This record gives sequence, structure tokens and C-alpha cells, in this order.
Amino acid sequence: MSDLQSQDYVRRSATTMTPPMARSHEDQVAKLIDVSRCIGCKACQSACMEWNDLRPEIGHFEGSYENPMDLGPSVWTLMKFNEYENEQGNLEWLIRKDGCMHCEDPGCLKACPAPGAIVQYANGIVDFISDKCIGCGYCVKGCPFDIPRISKTDHKAYKCTLCSDRVTVGLEPACVKACPTGAIMFGSKTDMTHWAGERIEDLKSRGFENAGLYDPPEVQGTHVMYVLHHADRPSLYSGLPDEPRISPVVQAWKGILKPLAVIGIAAAALAGFFHWVTVGPNEVQDEDEAEADRAMREVEEEEKSP
Amino acid sequence: MTNTWQDIRNANVVIVMGGNAAEAHPCGFKWVIEAKIENGAKLIVVDPRFTRTASVADYYAPIRPGTDIAFLSGVMHYLLENDKIQHEYVRSYTNAGLIVREGYEFQDGLFSGYDEKRHGYDRSTWDYEYDEKGFAKSDDTWQNPRCVINLLKQHVSRYTPEMVSRICGTPQDKFLQICELFAGTAAPDKALTSLFALGWTQHTVGAQNIRAMAMVQLLLGNIGVAGGGMNALRGHSNIQGLTDVGLLSNQMPGYMNLPRDVETSFDEYMKTKLFKPLRDGQTSYWQNYRKFFVSFQKSIFGNAATAENNWAYDWLPKLDIPLYDIIKAFEMMNDGQMTGYICQGFNPLQAFPDRGKIRRGLSKLKFLVTMDPLDTETSRFWQDFGPQNPAKPSEIQTEVFQLPTTCFAEENGSLVNSARWLQWHWKAAEAPGIAKSDIWIMTGLFQRLRELYRKEGGAFPDPILNMVWNYTDPREPNPEELAKEMNGRALVDLTDATTGAVTKAGTLLDSFAQLRDDGTTASGCWIFTGSFTEKGNMMARRDATDPREQGIAPNWAWAWPANRRILYNRASADLNGKAWNPKKPVIEWNGTRWVGLDVPDYGPTVKPEDGVGPFIMNAEGMARLFARDMMAEGPFPEHYEPMESPADNVLHPTVSHNPVARVFDGDRNNFGKREDFPYVATTYRLTEHFHFWTKHALINAILQPEEFVEIGEVLAKEKGIAQGGWVKVSSKRGEVICKAYVTKRIKPLTVDGKPTHVIGVPLHWGFTGQARKGYGANTLTPSVGDANTQTPEFKAFLVNVEKTSAPVTA
Repeated sequence: MSDLQSQDYVRRSATTMTPPMARSHEDQVAKLIDVSRCIGCKACQSACMEWNDLRPEIGHFEGSYENPMDLGPSVWTLMKFNEYENEQGNLEWLIRKDGCMHCEDPGCLKACPAPGAIVQYANGIVDFISDKCIGCGYCVKGCPFDIPRISKTDHKAYKCTLCSDRVTVGLEPACVKACPTGAIMFGSKTDMTHWAGERIEDLKSRGFENAGLYDPPEVQGTHVMYVLHHADRPSLYSGLPDEPRISPVVQAWKGILKPLAVIGIAAAALAGFFHWVTVGPNEVQDEDEAEADRAMREVEEEEKSP
Repeated sequence: MTNTWQDIRNANVVIVMGGNAAEAHPCGFKWVIEAKIENGAKLIVVDPRFTRTASVADYYAPIRPGTDIAFLSGVMHYLLENDKIQHEYVRSYTNAGLIVREGYEFQDGLFSGYDEKRHGYDRSTWDYEYDEKGFAKSDDTWQNPRCVINLLKQHVSRYTPEMVSRICGTPQDKFLQICELFAGTAAPDKALTSLFALGWTQHTVGAQNIRAMAMVQLLLGNIGVAGGGMNALRGHSNIQGLTDVGLLSNQMPGYMNLPRDVETSFDEYMKTKLFKPLRDGQTSYWQNYRKFFVSFQKSIFGNAATAENNWAYDWLPKLDIPLYDIIKAFEMMNDGQMTGYICQGFNPLQAFPDRGKIRRGLSKLKFLVTMDPLDTETSRFWQDFGPQNPAKPSEIQTEVFQLPTTCFAEENGSLVNSARWLQWHWKAAEAPGIAKSDIWIMTGLFQRLRELYRKEGGAFPDPILNMVWNYTDPREPNPEELAKEMNGRALVDLTDATTGAVTKAGTLLDSFAQLRDDGTTASGCWIFTGSFTEKGNMMARRDATDPREQGIAPNWAWAWPANRRILYNRASADLNGKAWNPKKPVIEWNGTRWVGLDVPDYGPTVKPEDGVGPFIMNAEGMARLFARDMMAEGPFPEHYEPMESPADNVLHPTVSHNPVARVFDGDRNNFGKREDFPYVATTYRLTEHFHFWTKHALINAILQPEEFVEIGEVLAKEKGIAQGGWVKVSSKRGEVICKAYVTKRIKPLTVDGKPTHVIGVPLHWGFTGQARKGYGANTLTPSVGDANTQTPEFKAFLVNVEKTSAPVTA
């Protein structure tokens, strides 16, 4: 977001080199969401809207406490509710705050063809740098958690920033500050993992023998973690992926064809950008999309061939 | 609350029943989570719906709306039958051993003394047996069959687990599991806290619901101790303050009673307020009533209140009927007996039962004044908003004066929270537009009325003309000046009888113990004395230091009475003055006085061996398992069906409903029958909204945009109702067309062998504000109230539900 933070980049999208670190080491941070003490009050959603100046439209009631109905360019976090009948026939109302997981190995960043549009800071936060975003939607495809959304207003991708603007000045994310029951906590990843351990012990003593921490190794861990009563079945929590995987397409593209593809797509993006400057966003969006799709298809074909 | 929010963390078991603390009090609910995490507490939820509170509970049991007394009487039966009570506590601190007089009885659903004609009781038999000195007789061995404890055992013996399940629809195993968890807190060092709210009050048996739980807590020895108590979670930030200053038609500040017209003289009025001790040597603190009353009169009328004119007793209004509550007010409007209405900070068109009746009443007024920061539905009752408010302006002659007021953040002042803390708050923003403070508006009305009385005389000008109005700015008294007036002052130099210390005339008082009945002190609300002293504004204190990390920070704000944080805290210690729970002492006897974290609710130097009971406000010094004549329905709680019920009262079919419920004849015809309205409905609030206010705020409207009802999957299937589809919910009073939330969280209950469906009706939507327009839950609710509090029965009534299509809007 700010120039100051750019000195903390450890990764940039569509960039082969790791940026050198001008500043000394920062602690890796994490937000820990303890679903067992979450009451689904939506204070986090409200605080997110307040801090980030987001106001989605007033929707309708559509058969759930979920409102708005989905994440969106103005909805960066969303409470999701699942009514689950357990093996004993007792009801559990599993409520989960959904939003960006800030993966250590971010699929969005890997997929992004626009240089520097997605960055990862030394503290682990994955951030979208809007003025570099070309709105291609590849981050959406690259994300194993289905988080980013493209704005119809400015054709850029949006998601939770983990309040990187607050964190960089020593504040906790807005949702953490607003949470009335302490279900959302923020600190160093080490401390959060340790605290999660205590919580899991408590849950096990209350009969949740599969309680555990959700910090999926498939994406090398996340900077947003959950304490779950049923860590053996994350998907019970409104589709939290049991094994979140970055699409093999994105993996291959980054791994095998990185130098070529990146240059190609970056060039296309750049062309698109100049086009956008001179012609306007809509047409550029289409052209850029077509160009990028072509590159993706090439990669896919490459993969299929023996 | 007897205890505090922070004190919840000391509980071993938390029961949320008659409320939905996580949903309605999410901030305070953090202390329940704290109890679970830091104290290993178990959370139990008993509710017709699986609520947000239930989502973090260790145990959940469903219950049919309006059957809580049966459940809790079943708990009492279990505790007594299985001998799971805190014996020493019950024996010494409650009236278990007192002997009830002959003549008291309970038969076929009625207590002795019922008068069918006036739907009321002669309560004279609901009392103890007295000796020649006028003291209640007791039998500490509990052998006498007319001991309270034996009568209680007999009374609750009908509430077996089978019977509880038959009435409440709660599965027996779940009920017994909860009984066991409760029973565990009978141990002297364990505590159960009860968190409740409107889920208990808004019934025809509301006060008795709460009483039943209080009795459970007494049997378990959980009143007065850390982590225990009866904790009413108040629904507005200052509703506790409203009751404290007596903003009810039959009350005066500090829980004193407004005189009735039969009390034609001050002596007559005081006759029923002498509060003679009912056992030897008891405190019976209300014996000081006269001091509080005279000090109040001095505060209002100053020098004009004298011994000669009986402290201006004649200038007080006198009630000709028991009270003019809101149900009564709207009854009178509909009858044309009340033609003007000043509606301050209140939105009855949304908030009061039988919306159609409210609208008809308002339509018959000559004038309506609304004072509110928001554009309320009540202010717009005359306007056509389509099906959600089908008014015909051309047929309504009511003149409406809509006066915009400041909201809490736009003024200085104090709020009294659930824990009885008076907390000062500071203005954060200027009021928008032409909004004025309530103080400014009320002052303006007063000044003009007084001027009219001055000029024109009038029938009885004395009270208005003699009222003291010595404020720096007489047009808008400063909130600090008003707070000082509530606190009270010495009017002459006062000499303390024991210490000889002198309090100079004009000095702000430190304690209500300084108040006198000879006209030498003034106090606007005796329970607030000590809140604003010569040391400053105690309500503005913000020292969060909690010396034992036990939820008591004595220098944070100020709690009435006397900055006491836990009421009845003498009961936290045993007969010798040692804490029942040594790990969490509240006050203890140190050999010469009571010391500890909290201000003793007891004479600070009264020795334990003196035998003074811990419940000093009661004339017998003991907590009452048998309520004497205090409750309208009887000295013990009894299960009565809601006024509209899907089932007969299996205990006594001839007396099915509360025989003394507050109901007007016109409304009696407006109750639905189960043949036409087969489903039980209950109304409630959602976290996303605060009553009818936050639908005016964009973010809240986004988070919960549109009116809906909750219907269980089984019923939805039966009625062909789709998830998110349109339904028509109707009662005898009206209908609501809204969306359906088909949910697993409401299951059919088996009541007396029959399946019973419950429909949940959240109540936040109306026709003003930012959220989508709604009909309002009070379109459906019946106009009937609790016999003690007149609180309407919003939590249990009958409806029908059908699939339909979207309402037609113009």
C-alpha cells in the first residue's frame, strides 16, 4: 500500500528476483480465528467496512444469516454459517469468518501476470497493489480459497489486506480490534500457534477429540489460521478446503515456464496497460483477458503433452 | 444484575435461559467466553431455538416458549429429591424454616384467596405464622409440615422429569443432564450464574419465571457469591437507569411507590412502609423509607416542603388505579379517554403489542409529540407506506409534533448499565440540524406551563409553582448539576451521631446513610447518593484496577447502592464470616469488621454471631423461597400456559392461563385459537441490529437487510415452504409477509405427545430507515401483560403460516 511498506517486500508477482530487503527482519505475523469462541456477530464485517470504507449494496434476505451473500470487491470478510448435525444427532452451528488466508505460498501471487500487482511482505501479509493490477482475474483462478473478487467499477482485484496499513504502524487488524469475544487474535505466528495449542487442549477436554489448528501445509501454512473443533473435516465450515491446492496449472506455469510465460504475459499486460491508457478499461480488459487466456492454454497443452 | 459483567468469569456453570446473551449482548458475552477459557466453566443454553449463544455452548436443550416455570420447578424438584442443595445456606439464609400460616393453600391451579370477578387475589393467607411479639415462627429442624421448605417440596413434587418433558417438550435425558450440572454448584465453593433477559420477562408469567430461577439459585447457595447471582442483561444502555429513577407511572425515584388516592395523608401513606422486622434483631433496611422520601420531597420542593405541610405530600400525584402502564395508555387512547401523548425516546408503533391497535389509538389523538434522534415509525404512523403501514392520512386528524433530539454521543451524562454502574459519558459530537437535548425540550415545556399557571392560576398550581429550579442556566440545566441534585446535599450543618463529624450545609453527601427525615437533607434519588460527592464525579472514574483479578474494580465508575458491586454479598461468607469459596472471597469478617474486595451489603461492624440475616432489605433478613404477598400470582411460581397456547395445562386444565394476567376485555376477544393458529411463535432480536434504531444505519442494514421468519425444516416441508421463499405469518391481530429461513435450528417439540412447531420472528424491520421495509413483529403479538410488571407477552403466542408471494407494493 504505502511506499514505506514496499521496503518490506519479499515477493512480487511476475518478478523472478526476490527483492532485496532494505530493512531488518520483521516477525512473521498471523491472525488466529478461534471458531469455538466465535458467536457470528459480524462485528468483524462491520469493522472491516468501516476501516476500509467499503459499503456493498443493501441486499435481500436469501435464506441464511450470511449477508452480503458472497465475498465481493466491497466485502473483504464474511461470516459463513453452516448448520451441521453431528454423529450424535446434535446440532452444531459452525460459524466461520471467511476472507484471505494470506498463504505463505500464495497462489494469487504466483498466478498474477502483472509485475508487482501482488506482493508479500516480510511479515507474511499478501497484499494487492491496486495501481499495478490489470484486472485479469488470474488471482481468482490462482487462489485455492476462492477469495479475490474483481470490481465492476474499476476492474481491479480486491481482498482482505490483513489491514497491512494498520499492521505496519503497530496496530492490529480492524476485525481483531472489534471482535467482542476475542475469537480473532493477532500476533506473531509463533505466539498464535502456541496459543492455538492451548485452545485445542481445552476443546479436546470438552469432547472435541479432533480439534486442531488449520495452517495448511499445502500452501506452506497461512498467516490467517483457524482453531477448529473438527480439524479433521475443515470442509464442514462452509467449504473451507480440506486440502487447499494451488491449481496445477498455476504451479506448472510458475515452475516450468516461469521465465518465458512471465515475460510474454508481462509484455501482453504492458501492451494492455498502454491500450488502457489510450483507449479505456473495458476493451483492454477483453484483449488482455484473451491474451492471457491464450498463454494459459499454451501452458495447459504443455502439461498434457507427454 | 446482582453481580457484574466481569464477575461472570468466576462462574463454574453459566446458564443462559430466557435470553440469548451472545446475540443480544455480544460485548458482555466476552465474560462467558472468559469463564469457559480461564475457569473451565460449562455453558448451558435452554432456548426454543438453537441460538448464537447455543453455537458456543457445551450443552443445549430445547424448550417450548412459555414453559420455563415447569422446567425450573422440575429442577427444584430434582435438587430437593436428590438432596443437592447447599444445606447450611438454605437453612440460615433463606426462609426455608419459617412456618406458613394456616389458610394458605394451593389447589387445582389456584392459591388461596382467588377472586374470580376481579381476576385477583386476596393475599392475606400468603404469610407466616407469628408469635406474640409479631415475629415469624420457625422450625430449624424442618419437621413442621408447614415449613416453607416442606410446602415447596410438596408444590414442586408434580414437576417430575416426565412432567417437565410433557409440558416443555424438552427431552428427559437433556433435562436431567442440566439438572446434574446445576446440582454440582450446590458445593459451597462452586457457583452457577444465571444470565437472562426479555426471554423471561416478556411473558404473562414473566416475573415468576425469574423468581423460579432465583429460588433455584437460593437452593444451590449461589446468591451473593462470586460467579453466581441472578443477572438480568438489560436491553438498552440506560434501561436500568430508567427503573432506578422510577420512570413508571406508579413509581418514584429509588424504588419508592407513588401514593395511591386512598392514601389521603402522609401518615396513611407511611403506614404500609414501616417495614417492621419480622424476626428479632433484623436490619430491615426499608425502615429508612421515610428518610429517603422526605429527602426526595426536599429535593423537588426545597423550602416549600416543610414538616407542617407533611413535606408537601399533597402535591404529589395520587394514583386512582394501580397504574397507567403503556398497555393501559393505548387502551385509553382507543377509548377516546387519552387525547394527547408525549412520546419521548420511545417508538410504540414498533415496540408495543398489537400494532393495529397502536395505530388506531394514535389515530384518535388530538396531538402526538415525538422526541427522538431518529425518524421513528411512530412519528410517521399517519403516512401511507404501502402494505407495511397502510394508513389513510385523510382520515387521521392527529396533529404530530416531531422534535428531533440529541443522541447519547451528542451530550454529557450518565448511563446506568446492567451491573448498576453509573458511568459518565462525554459529548463526542455536535448534534445535527435543529436537534436539541431532551433536557432543553423538557425545560421549555416546563417553563411555558409554569408561566401559564402563574398567569392563569388553574385548578392546582402549587406543585408546578413550588418546584425548585435553581440552575445556572434555567433554560437548560447542566447534566452535572442534575447529577449533583440526584446525589443530594446537606441543607444544614449535620453532626454525625456516633463520630461527631460535621457535614457543612450545602455539602454534597457521601452516602444515603446520611439522609434524614427531618428536612435537613435533600436527595433526588437516594440509591444514587455517593455518585457525585465533594471528591468529584464518581461516575467519571476510570481506574480499571481489579485487585484480585476477580471482576471487581471498585474505582471504575460507581455502582449503586454505595458503590457495592455484588448485592447480598454477606451471603458469600458462611455463618462465621468465612468465604464459602476461599479462592474467591468477596467480603469476610476479620474479627472486628467486614473487609474485602467489595463494600459490605451489611452493617460493616455487625458480628456474625449476632444472627442478622444477609438479606437486609427483607424484613425477615432472609431470602424468600416463599414470597409472602409480594407477587400477584402466588408465593410460589406455578406453570401457567401462555395466553395463546397450543396445549392445555396438563396440571390443571380448568386454570390453564395465569389467572391474574394483565388483560383488557377488548383484547380478550383478540386471542387466537389453536385450531386457526396452530403454531407457537416467539419474537426476538438479532446481533446485527439494535431494536429499531440501527436499521437507520447503512452498515447494519447491509448486514441484516430484510425481514424474515425462522421455520424448522419439518414444518417447511409440510407447508411447501422453500428456503428464502415468501411466507405469510398471521395471528388473530394481523399478518406479516416476509421471507422464510428454513433451518435445522428449530425442531418440532413433542408436547403432551403431540408435535409442536415453533416459528421465530425477529423484530427489527419497520418502514423508516435504510433497511428494507418490514411489517414488524408486533403486528402479530397479543396485547396481554405480566400481572406484576405489565410486560407484554412477546415471547409466546399463536400464529399460522402459509406459502405466499411477495407483497404487492405501489
